[in-house]
Amino acid sequence: MKIVQQSFKCLALAILMFLPTSIFANNATQDGGQINTKEKVDAYIQHHIKDSHDFTFFSYTNDAGERKHVGFALPVIIWSSEGLVTFMSSEFHHNDDGTVVVEKDGLKFVKSHSKIYELEAGAKTVAFDEEHHVTNGKRLLDFSITKSVFGILLISALLFFWFFRLAKQYKKRQIPTGFGRILEPLVIYVRDEIAKPNIGDKHYRRFTGYLLTVFFFIWFLNLAGLTPLGFNVTGQLAVTACLALFTLVIYAVSGNKDFWQHILWMPGVPYLIRPVLAVIELVGTFVIKPFSLLIRLFANISAGHVIVMSLIAIMFVLKDSLGVAGATGLSFMLAVLIMFIEILVAFLQAYIFTMLSALFIGMAVAEHDHEHEHTASGLEIPDEEDIRGDFV
Amino acid sequence: MYNLIGAGLIVIGAGFGLGQIGGKAMEGIARQPEAAGKIQTAMIIIAALLEGLAFGALILGR
Amino acid sequence: METLLNDFSPGLFAVQTVLLLLFIFLMVKFAWKPILGSLNEREEGIQGALDAAEKAKREMANLQADNERLLQEARLEREAMLKEARELKSKMIADAEAEAQSQANKMIAQAQEAITNEKKAAMAELKSHVAGLSLDIAEKVVRNELSNKDKQLQLVEDMLAEATLN
Repeated sequence: MKIVQQSFKCLALAILMFLPTSIFANNATQDGGQINTKEKVDAYIQHHIKDSHDFTFFSYTNDAGERKHVGFALPVIIWSSEGLVTFMSSEFHHNDDGTVVVEKDGLKFVKSHSKIYELEAGAKTVAFDEEHHVTNGKRLLDFSITKSVFGILLISALLFFWFFRLAKQYKKRQIPTGFGRILEPLVIYVRDEIAKPNIGDKHYRRFTGYLLTVFFFIWFLNLAGLTPLGFNVTGQLAVTACLALFTLVIYAVSGNKDFWQHILWMPGVPYLIRPVLAVIELVGTFVIKPFSLLIRLFANISAGHVIVMSLIAIMFVLKDSLGVAGATGLSFMLAVLIMFIEILVAFLQAYIFTMLSALFIGMAVAEHDHEHEHTASGLEIPDEEDIRGDFV
Repeated sequence: MYNLIGAGLIVIGAGFGLGQIGGKAMEGIARQPEAAGKIQTAMIIIAALLEGLAFGALILGR
Repeated sequence: METLLNDFSPGLFAVQTVLLLLFIFLMVKFAWKPILGSLNEREEGIQGALDAAEKAKREMANLQADNERLLQEARLEREAMLKEARELKSKMIADAEAEAQSQANKMIAQAQEAITNEKKAAMAELKSHVAGLSLDIAEKVVRNELSNKDKQLQLVEDMLAEATLN
């Protein structure tokens, strides 16, 4: 009975994955869209690193020399000069250099480098300057369900499904079964190794939910980025910026009196230096900390994607000098090697993001239940937990 | 061109720093094996902060 | 930096903010609260069970000590009782012996007295009997002797002969 149920689930998932799959034809690339030069590899990687408006599993060139993409279109939702406009991304026909113009509600839209522009009134085609920036259109606020948003929805739904089931199992018989047995130690790990030691026994309960959510969200999105589905969600600056902003808001809102006092008017420091230090502390708290969080995650994951794709590209680029077997073997070996490191990095970055978030929150809610000791000259003798602040 | 040289310098500096962190952590663990867990955690945090700095500088300079 | 800012998509940022808020809310409400609650409950349960076991162990030890004490007491009591019984026994034996002794002594004394009395009575009877007999014999002898005059005279003669009047 259980097996039947499981098979049904798998089948349903498979159907769900391939039902909207359609094959688009795109004649834009003359040489069949094959990528085998350094420049094209570079362009391809740059394209992959960016967000995409449609979901492509893979592309191939058929006998007629047409480029075919296997995947499905995603909805485009943009805030234009006339208000909200929605259409399916299939209307761009996988074009990404602005040559295909979509007309909706009397407005013309083009897509260039994964960004959608609204052409000025009267313009028929898109025009570029030397640096390939669009000159006769304006960039729009793009609320589309892009590939990244799709990834976020997918992973969120998956995580919610798993943990909701785990919660239900606890209600029923107190002991998790199946996949829950893997998730439970991870939950306990985040709670006991990240939240508790960094925030403190008294306050950690309030923030554990956020830390757990962020940890699993980042980790599984990182892992999803390593699958052939080709998500690069945590390598999107907007996504990491949002995550960092959440941490910033949480520690700024929950910061207690001591925290603000130590930022704005720190005790035990000569009065003349206090404003200078306050500026430094403010910049550190509101700019450097979140910025380091968002840049670290973004750069690590983007760099990982670039490295893996570059190593795979060795296959094509070095084909002439090393031979097919040599280039493929070298690329395969290096790619496998770096893939293992990337799996580690996927976990490590989630861990570090969560860890630093917990650390920052912990610094904001830390209670100094004793007055600081001061030397005769008025200098503060830092107590033990304050040393953590020196690292940041 | 100059920003590439700068990026190279940053990478050299970060590499040196990471080496220091790792080496000192190893020394610390060798001296006090019972504190290995705490040292590792601190090491990872400091390494992450250094890495963030290096990445930030790299991206800003690019 | 420029390319970075150029690649930053405010729309994606907005969408992600909304989705993340929703996701955190849903996860906290439907997943983390029950999971962490159950974990805490379980940990407390385990702690409670451990405490209870510890308590039971301590109680067991107490009980054992109690038992030991009771046993010790019982042993002492038994010993005391045994000692008492032994004393009683020896006392009883001694008493019995003493009584038997005195009884025996008394009986012996009575017997001796009776014997003495009997003896005396027998003696007296014997004496009277002997006296009677001696009288009878003497009477008979005398009668016999006196019936024969010659002999008497002879005897007197003999005796006179023997008793030389010197």
